[in-house]
Amino acid sequence: MSGNTFLKRIDWLSIFIYLALTIIGWVSIYSSTFSESNPSILDFGTFYGKQAFFIGVSILTVVFIFATEANIFERFSGIIYAISIVLLVGLFPFGKTIAGATSWYNLGFFNLQPSEIAKVATALALAKYLSDIQTDLKKQKDKMYAFGILIIPAVLIILQPDPGSGVVFLALTFVLFREGLPLYYLAIGLVMFIIFIATLKFGTIWVVIAVSILIALFYLTKKERVKISPLPIILFFIVSVTISLSVRVVFDSVLKQHHRDRFNLWLRLEKDPKKLEEIRRSIGYNTYQSEKAIESGGFTGKGFLQGTRTKGDFVPEQHSDYIFTTVGEEWGFLGTATVVLLFSILLLRLVYIAERQKNAFSRIYGYGVISILFVHYLINIGMVIGLVPTIGIPLPFMSYGGSGLIGFTLLLFIFLKLDANRLKEWG
Amino acid sequence: MKKILLSSFIILIGISFLGRLSYLQIFSFSPNQILEDPAIKTLYNFPERGYIYDRNGKLLVANQAAYDVMVIPREVKPLDTLEFCNLIGIDKSTFIENIKNARKHSPRLPYVMVSQLSKEDYARLQEKMRKYEGFYIQKRSQRYYDTKSAANALGYISQVTPDDLKKFPYYSQGELKGKTGVEKQYEDVLRGRKGVKYIQKDRFNRDIGPYKNGALDTLPEPGKEIQLTIDKELQEYGEKLMVGKHGGIVALDPTSGEILSLISGPTYDPALLVGRKRSANYSKLYYDSIAKPTWDRSLLAQESPGSPFKVINALVALQEDVMTPDDKIRCYNGFYVGKNRTKRGCHCGGGLRDMNSGIYKSCNAYFAGTFKQIFDKFDTTDEAMDVWQKHVKSFGLGEYLGTDLPTGSRGRIPGKEYYDRVYGDNRWSWSYIVSISFGQGEVAVTPIQLANMTAAIANKGYYYTPHILKKVEGKPITDPKYTQRKYTTIDKENFDPVIKGMEAVYKTPGGTAHWLQVPGINIAGKTGTVENFTRINGVRTQLTDHSIFVAFAPVENPKIALAIFIEHGYFGGRYAGHIASLMIEKYLKGEITRKDLEKKMLEKTLEKEYAKPYSGEPFPINERVW
Repeated sequence: MSGNTFLKRIDWLSIFIYLALTIIGWVSIYSSTFSESNPSILDFGTFYGKQAFFIGVSILTVVFIFATEANIFERFSGIIYAISIVLLVGLFPFGKTIAGATSWYNLGFFNLQPSEIAKVATALALAKYLSDIQTDLKKQKDKMYAFGILIIPAVLIILQPDPGSGVVFLALTFVLFREGLPLYYLAIGLVMFIIFIATLKFGTIWVVIAVSILIALFYLTKKERVKISPLPIILFFIVSVTISLSVRVVFDSVLKQHHRDRFNLWLRLEKDPKKLEEIRRSIGYNTYQSEKAIESGGFTGKGFLQGTRTKGDFVPEQHSDYIFTTVGEEWGFLGTATVVLLFSILLLRLVYIAERQKNAFSRIYGYGVISILFVHYLINIGMVIGLVPTIGIPLPFMSYGGSGLIGFTLLLFIFLKLDANRLKEWG
Repeated sequence: MKKILLSSFIILIGISFLGRLSYLQIFSFSPNQILEDPAIKTLYNFPERGYIYDRNGKLLVANQAAYDVMVIPREVKPLDTLEFCNLIGIDKSTFIENIKNARKHSPRLPYVMVSQLSKEDYARLQEKMRKYEGFYIQKRSQRYYDTKSAANALGYISQVTPDDLKKFPYYSQGELKGKTGVEKQYEDVLRGRKGVKYIQKDRFNRDIGPYKNGALDTLPEPGKEIQLTIDKELQEYGEKLMVGKHGGIVALDPTSGEILSLISGPTYDPALLVGRKRSANYSKLYYDSIAKPTWDRSLLAQESPGSPFKVINALVALQEDVMTPDDKIRCYNGFYVGKNRTKRGCHCGGGLRDMNSGIYKSCNAYFAGTFKQIFDKFDTTDEAMDVWQKHVKSFGLGEYLGTDLPTGSRGRIPGKEYYDRVYGDNRWSWSYIVSISFGQGEVAVTPIQLANMTAAIANKGYYYTPHILKKVEGKPITDPKYTQRKYTTIDKENFDPVIKGMEAVYKTPGGTAHWLQVPGINIAGKTGTVENFTRINGVRTQLTDHSIFVAFAPVENPKIALAIFIEHGYFGGRYAGHIASLMIEKYLKGEITRKDLEKKMLEKTLEKEYAKPYSGEPFPINERVW
């Protein structure tokens, strides 16, 4: 492979966005952990110093990925997956506990978080399995296998307990839909979710009325000639009503108070201002502070290193999960919109790249990458601006954290490497 | 379908995020955030309020330290309320009330819990305050008075009201602001400008340094010291003379319009309105509906001027050429007016009167005749009334004078519109309103207007608007409103015969103030005795006459012009005349030679007279008490 053609084939737009997000991330980490008494940039005792080091490691990782043979990832995907599962299992006896979750190996200079590597491994393994000519998602057994690949690491991670990262693996079901899993699974899941939320917000009666109207509309708008057996419709109605009726039971007795509070806050269910204030102070504190910090940035922001709430540490975990608030406070709407646009463009670009793959493995892996990145972006920013309940997962490329940054880098650049290689496979 | 599903999802989420972000950062964004930001603490540095001196540089008002207990509600930790209340000397219900109000005001801004502790209380509290989180003591300065007089003229300062806070964004809760008098009028000068310091805080409410390195901070601008036109000694002396009397004294320097003294009796010690007892004391003074000590009579009391007003009519007659000083009018111990030839009384003793004797004997008949002459000159009553009103108003009567004090009254100089309203269009003539020719009836003036009128006579035709501010930081005032002459409509030469008459009041045996001469000083003056009425249980009842006096001296080079108004003091030559005589001697000579006269004035009071209408029994008026 000549270096020249490789450089022509690699997707520079994605690389550019990757670099932009990483730099914005680092600047924000610098701002949120900067202290006037110690203004040095490359102090490895500081978060921004360490992050600079991780960025360096990430670049080396990229060079390493670009230097290896592309098919190595496909060939060794099984082994990589196995290693990551072993690492996840190994956490239980050997892991280091931070903030209640046993998610790290202490490597002395740096804490390794194997769940970040497991994301890459799972995406690779799933791609490998689904791209196998013998796999057919219409078969029940193959469906179970495919789900199994996702579920094993997800369960291990949820047990750490790190439910946020566990949820990410469920995002890989997107890949399954792309590769033949019937869409009505998604539709059913979505409807159940909507019914759950709608019942909490508006009550069972309104949900039943809405479902009835929906069915009526369906009958009125369908073409005369089309005959639909009434059975599935009746079934749909009964199931909807049952779910709706059971929501309160589940909500009131199965969920714990702090879960309930999250929903109360998210759906603005609590009407009593006193209780709302209390929830805001306890479970909603982070969201309240992050929303306020972003709001206070206004259109143009307060300027680099001028964020008063950032300086005052009003937003907890601002350098990691809440890094977006620093952008919001110091760079305003211009900054936040830029980040949202960069992520949107990157994800759309990756979809485009995935779709142009001739090789099934590359395409499926691409979808895995997109799903994982998309879910992180969706949940993280959604949480910070108060649209999604609090789930602690990092913002790709921007949040502080070595395992995360290196993990996301691996994830993205393996795909870019596969893409750069796509013609060669066939040529 | 499957291919575009994820893409549309990505776009949808991107749009929702941008929508939410624009809601937060564009629509909910409040530009006034520096004060709302919990990460920024605003500290104020209050400058010292300017001192106030009298015209000779004698100190009137200075400052002393006071201490407020402040609370920041959200920082308050559970505490032993009872112990704390005992310590700062309030009861528990007040404590709870204040905390509630403080919270309502703002959970994170300081609120005054207890204001203006004494130095002793402060010393006792200082050590123990540390125990109570969320409370602290803020040092403030409060007024210290180096005089017991001029309370109403100086005015007082007190905490800004919620209303003030809305109207004047400069102030924050608990700050002090001038409420009346000079303190109110020159608030901006005296106050200075507070300095602001913004401190960056962390979420544990700890200071972590200046916000933006202090780029937005400002230094306090100290309040300026001012010098008033008041003569401290004369003011104090006048107030001493006013003990036991209700009324007003205004003394002006006619050469500049400077107010030498502004006395309202009864008065009170200005120190009563300082510190923690201010509110209670103020209520006590404010609700004293008989003595009304907070009501500044020298500026607000509107009464008929009585005989001093005669000299204005004399001036109008001379100016309109309807009389010469030598023209004579006969007094029949009164005079006859109207179709029925109704007799109106006069106390001058009767006989032929020229202008000089008309003035010094204060003859009603002479001035009624003069008034008739003025009206006879013109074809219509309306025309005559307009001319008369124009001349009178040119002495600063009937309108707000425009002094630099925040209060005042217009008084009343009626015109044709007024009488048309009362009697109907063209259904009145000079004889209906002849009372105003000797200052009774519908005319009303305030003591300061009367003093200003006297100054205009002393100056032979002009005056300076009376004012109380002399210098700011040693620099004389330059406001043309107070440094430029206002001319009357009377020519200079017309004043001479009138002033002669006013001199004769003292100099001629039979003059109404002959016995009040000050040795060695030529005074021109005029007595006034004003009938007045009140309603007791709905019945119009006459009370003892008001005693009024105007004077200026020395005649050849006037240095002081004054007006004295004593409620129910009977003859003008009595209380008002005595006080005028003493005030002039005090100001021009510095000491009093007639000690017996002084002693009499210091001792005599009118309290009995003031109690009469409230006694519930019939009472005599205008008693010969001495």
